[in-house]
Amino acid sequence: MEIPLDYETLRVIWWGLMGTLLIGFALTDGYDLGVAALMPFIGKTDEERRMAINAIAPHWEGHQVWFILGGGAIFAAWPFVYAVSFSGFYLAMFLVLAALILRPVAFKYRSKHADPAWRARWDWALFIGGFVPALVFGVAVGNVLQGVPFRLDSDLRSFYEGSLIGLFSPFAVMAGLLSLAMIVMHGAGFLSVKIEQGPVLERARRIGSIAAIASVILFAAGGLWVANGAMGFRLEGAVDPSGPSNPLLVKAVAAPGAWLDNYARHPLLALAPLLGLAGPLLALVGIRSRNHVLNLAGSSLATVGIIATVGLSMFPFILPSSIDPQSSLTAWNASSSHLTLWIMLLVTLIFLPIVLAYTAWVMKVLFGRIGLRDVRTNPDFY
Amino acid sequence: MDMAVVELGRLQFALTAMYHFLFVPLTLGLSFLLVIMESIYVMTGREIWRTITRFWGKLFGINFVLGVATGITMEFEFGTNWAYYAHYVGDIFGAPLAIEGLMAFFLEATFVGLMFFGWDRLSKVAHLAVTFLVALGSNLSALWILIANGWMQNPVGARFNPETMRMEVTDFYSVLFNPVAQAKFVHTVSAGYVAASVFVMGVSAWYLLKGKWTNVARRSMMVASAFGLAASLSVVVLGDESGYALTDNQKMKLAAIEAMWHTEEAPAGLSIFGIPDLEAQKTHYEVKIPYVLGLISTRSLTGEVMGINELVLKADERIRSGIIAYDAVEKLKVNRTDMAAREQFERHKADLGYAMLLKRHVADPRAATDQQIMQAAKDTIPNVPVMFWLFRIMAGLGFFFIAFFAMAFWCASACQFNKRWFLKIAVAIMPLPWIAIEFGWMLAEIGRQPWAVEGVLPTFLAASSLTMGQIWATIIGFTLLYGALALIEVRLMIAMIRKGPVEHHEPAPAASGSSYADRGYTAMPAE
Repeated sequence: MEIPLDYETLRVIWWGLMGTLLIGFALTDGYDLGVAALMPFIGKTDEERRMAINAIAPHWEGHQVWFILGGGAIFAAWPFVYAVSFSGFYLAMFLVLAALILRPVAFKYRSKHADPAWRARWDWALFIGGFVPALVFGVAVGNVLQGVPFRLDSDLRSFYEGSLIGLFSPFAVMAGLLSLAMIVMHGAGFLSVKIEQGPVLERARRIGSIAAIASVILFAAGGLWVANGAMGFRLEGAVDPSGPSNPLLVKAVAAPGAWLDNYARHPLLALAPLLGLAGPLLALVGIRSRNHVLNLAGSSLATVGIIATVGLSMFPFILPSSIDPQSSLTAWNASSSHLTLWIMLLVTLIFLPIVLAYTAWVMKVLFGRIGLRDVRTNPDFY
Repeated sequence: MDMAVVELGRLQFALTAMYHFLFVPLTLGLSFLLVIMESIYVMTGREIWRTITRFWGKLFGINFVLGVATGITMEFEFGTNWAYYAHYVGDIFGAPLAIEGLMAFFLEATFVGLMFFGWDRLSKVAHLAVTFLVALGSNLSALWILIANGWMQNPVGARFNPETMRMEVTDFYSVLFNPVAQAKFVHTVSAGYVAASVFVMGVSAWYLLKGKWTNVARRSMMVASAFGLAASLSVVVLGDESGYALTDNQKMKLAAIEAMWHTEEAPAGLSIFGIPDLEAQKTHYEVKIPYVLGLISTRSLTGEVMGINELVLKADERIRSGIIAYDAVEKLKVNRTDMAAREQFERHKADLGYAMLLKRHVADPRAATDQQIMQAAKDTIPNVPVMFWLFRIMAGLGFFFIAFFAMAFWCASACQFNKRWFLKIAVAIMPLPWIAIEFGWMLAEIGRQPWAVEGVLPTFLAASSLTMGQIWATIIGFTLLYGALALIEVRLMIAMIRKGPVEHHEPAPAASGSSYADRGYTAMPAE
């Protein structure tokens, strides 16, 4: 079969699609996570919390698929990345999984008994289900930026030499806090367009502005740290972007400061970090001026900017190795075969627009602010 | 590889997969039962069918949520616990998983929210369409997962690439239309339909025994008995035996199920009872039906069903050929352009996986002794007595369900479900479909051993490089989490069933001094 796109182009497209899926996840499920992490603070009474819960209840299942699809797409398009990162971050992965399993169950089961103790327990389960993934995702990204302690043998079997505690380096913890602030800001932004006026909305605004300010500060500090800290990797010698997916055939070295190389080469890329800084400020303006749509738009742009910054800074690196840079996974050496990338691209081009269309339709059907009246009278509400 | 780590990893995968599959069958079947019930509502316009649909829909929801939540674990485990597998076959195996997410899972998960929350926002027909899309999504999801699983049992359309040290896809269509996958899909979803029908029958029968909600219960039983009869026939008739003639491992699986030590003259008989004896390589007290096995598995009177010993000899040959392929791969690692090695590899590549079986007994397969090769060949025999009994219990239950639903179908017209003995049976057998289904999975996956992917990658090489401590931590974690959730789920289900199909609307709050309007809530115009 003749494949109309060359291997290099497909690899770049799939690198972009992986980013798109992660951003899609952060934009949709991100606000569900944010709202869940806010649960104990956003509502003083059961009914107030139920307003927040029912604002996201009809959507989280669909949104969570972005995450599952992200995992599936990385498996299909970047099997090395999937294998090395999932087995390397083994216990952290388990924490995220446990939290993500707890969350849907909490949504569904919380409302089945009126007992306040029962509901309070599930509120904390929801909090864990939002807080833990939001933090751990950021910690993982921080580790990826610094390099992950793994090596590959000649059979390309990977060996990981870190520990769970080792993941929480100061830089990684800061990345985790940034991720948490960003997701909370987005969750609060979503609540402000979905909840009727009243104490819950006011609390969302207050928490949202704190989270937005924290996002700007943490993102700027992270940028300075990356620029001045001992971080970065570089490819050396002849690089064949269409070469076989075998990391051992490409030479990579640690090169402090190299994460800024791409911006020097293509200054336009600096738009991403600028968006990451401008987004939270825009959200802040929206909150102050009670322009809720602007608030949500700001938090969304911030999410896009911050995630894109990480990807663009590292390109073509995806998962650099701190103990054996030679084993580093890049866009040129860690993908699926040419044919698989092509087939998966076709499938994506057909189905992703369909998914977006019906997701939008469902949103439209369920459009409108949620108020106390709905919580009290709608028998389908959680 | 540390075998203890591998065995522990298998235990975790088995636990999480079997737990996940407690919820999936009900989702698969109940979703279509909801479609049927709601269709009747839309066509007749009678409120009782709306009540019926919404009641089973609530039970569906409690179950669905755990199916979704525990499914994430499955998708992650290939990476966390079976990283070398993920690398080695990800080029083929990852695709169906990703397509499942894109084509099926998005569909069911997006519309399931609307199914629960959209009753008052959609027209009757539009809501029915939404319910149908949920059913379609969940069943398509099973299709893609079974395409992935079918490939592990019969790895078509792929070849090993020495440059990347992994399997790569050559023909996507044969992966898609893998006969083993197709057979498995029909078999598995039918089993889900049986489970859901038995569930609806059982709960309804309990209501009839208590004399509660009889209008809802009788009508539900009507639907479930018809659906269950069709499904129980399909699950047996379209069982996945048709794939058992395809590969050496599938042949071995069949021979193990039958405890057939030696090749018999065609057409072989099917034993319905016996005590397999590993030491003596004999089956004691065997009761056989002549011809049947040959007919089922080869679909002919002349096709031969191979015995275990003959298959072991064949494995021995393939291991020897595989060693030559392995040697070529090692040479290609040193020099990618070694043409002689490449030619040597091409001639023996089909058996490369067999050489890797030796790694359990010797570090370098090329240094293996005759004795080690024979040992590795014997490793290809799965656990015969376990296979033998799992199959008999599963198949026996399959035939029992046909009898049960035939009786139910007859009872629907002849006795209007008034016979108490029948209702008691219907309640008592509720766990049985789950036993049959879990045994079916154990049969398929224990039967695949020692392979993770038949003839390609042994299970013990597929595992991640983890420590015992790490795996114990997650096994204990999953057991606690899953155990707690199972308890909660069962209690909620029972509470919901006790409560029954009440349609109650909470009264709107009366205005009082402490109303929310006073605390700052005002209605807000839509933006």
